[in-house]
Amino acid sequence: MRQRMDRRSFLRIAGTSIGIGVLYEFAPFLERRSEADEVNSYFKRVNGEAPASFTFAQFSDTHVGFQGPPDPLGTRAFESAVALLNKSPQQPDFVLVTGDLTHNADDRGVHAQRMQRFKKIAGGLKTRALRTVPGENDAALDGGVLYREHFGETHYSFDHKGVHFIALDNVSQGSPKVGAEQLAWLKADLARFPRTVPIIVFTHRPLFDLKPEWEWFTRDGHAVMNALAPYENVTVLYGHIHRHDVHQGGNVRHYAARSLIFAFSDPATAESKQPLAFNKEEPFAELGIRLVGESSANDETAELEVRDVVLAKAEFSGLSGMQQMIKGNNSMSGSSSDDAD
Amino acid sequence: MTPTRKFAALGILGMAAGLLREGTATSAKAVNAVPAAQVVRITASKYHFTPDRIVLVRGRPAILQLTSADRVHGFMVREFGIDTDIEPGRTTSITITPGKTGSYATICDHYCGLGHDGMKMTIEVEEAAAKSSPRATLASASAAAKYGTSAPEAFIGR
Repeated sequence: MRQRMDRRSFLRIAGTSIGIGVLYEFAPFLERRSEADEVNSYFKRVNGEAPASFTFAQFSDTHVGFQGPPDPLGTRAFESAVALLNKSPQQPDFVLVTGDLTHNADDRGVHAQRMQRFKKIAGGLKTRALRTVPGENDAALDGGVLYREHFGETHYSFDHKGVHFIALDNVSQGSPKVGAEQLAWLKADLARFPRTVPIIVFTHRPLFDLKPEWEWFTRDGHAVMNALAPYENVTVLYGHIHRHDVHQGGNVRHYAARSLIFAFSDPATAESKQPLAFNKEEPFAELGIRLVGESSANDETAELEVRDVVLAKAEFSGLSGMQQMIKGNNSMSGSSSDDAD
Repeated sequence: MTPTRKFAALGILGMAAGLLREGTATSAKAVNAVPAAQVVRITASKYHFTPDRIVLVRGRPAILQLTSADRVHGFMVREFGIDTDIEPGRTTSITITPGKTGSYATICDHYCGLGHDGMKMTIEVEEAAAKSSPRATLASASAAAKYGTSAPEAFIGR
């Protein structure tokens, strides 16, 4: 799909193939603009770090601990994503993980083991910096207690090379909401920035009504978007829906990442939300990548080309066939078969 | 929505469904203006609603009385503007007047465990004339005989 973007926007988004997951490249425009100068000088003044090009990756919905018919391979996609990212000639500055790092477990000890296993696999990344937000599987049943023990706060913000990143938690209260307290924090966090600051929000659930009857929404997502409305350069990255999606709402573009466990059905055509059936011929189909790149330009506008890439079996060269993969995965400890949610 | 009348329960349907009906109007004007409300009890528990299907009548007020048998659940029907939590130990009452016939998906949107994704029910809204359909009549007659109430006018359990 093609989408137009404002050439004069301060922030550009471009995607680079890493096999599985999404690698983003952000490049501030060099075009002279008073607002851009304002942002530049702000970051230089506050943290001595003026805007500069950089890349980061997004992983989502790894569901460590899940093993069932939609994905008998368990963490293989996650592990493959780590390996593929490590092979990338351009290592990202950090990796964002947009929730459901683990699959929920009724037993607290088992759930803790799954969080440890996530950290062990993610610890194999050359890029050591990991920025995460919880999904409902990680944090909804205990208010995020176990998640905080392993990964830290569920909402926070940080600046990186001229971009302000905001991690929002819309899961740990059980209901799909951010809540009044976090909204007040968000407004206070935003208040110190000029309206042209590049902002990237990352969260688990969509902040707009994507498919409410499939629970693909956030109750007070509109309040979050109202708080962000004055800002010109806002991008939202999220997970939860286990499939690619791009949505433009006002000035804000929302990107959903594919999962690293299994894909959900297409809400435009499916009657109900179901995991797509596992396909031995294309074991990681729909766990592929999203490519976003600028394809053409004129004086005022550029076009972004967003392409879906379905991974081929060849992506897993070095592994000796599907049966061995499945057999090997079944012998791994700590896996279990649960409902796919 | 603030209820304008006080209602008294007249009957309960058991495991399959619940429907309480009728009330005491506080003014004659209200009686003339609005048909008597249905009162429907819905119990949430991991991982289902009981009943999992109710039938309301278009244009007739309905009071949904929501309770939980175990833990916090959610109750979300986007078309009716309903999105609330259901807490154990208390009844959450919601009054609606369905304006359009149809079938409305209703989900638990408060994560409650591994089976959460399958916790859903359906609200059907029918024209008043539909209450005389054979299935509805059968259910009403059965409920009336069992509980000794006036027959519920809009109930089909599953």
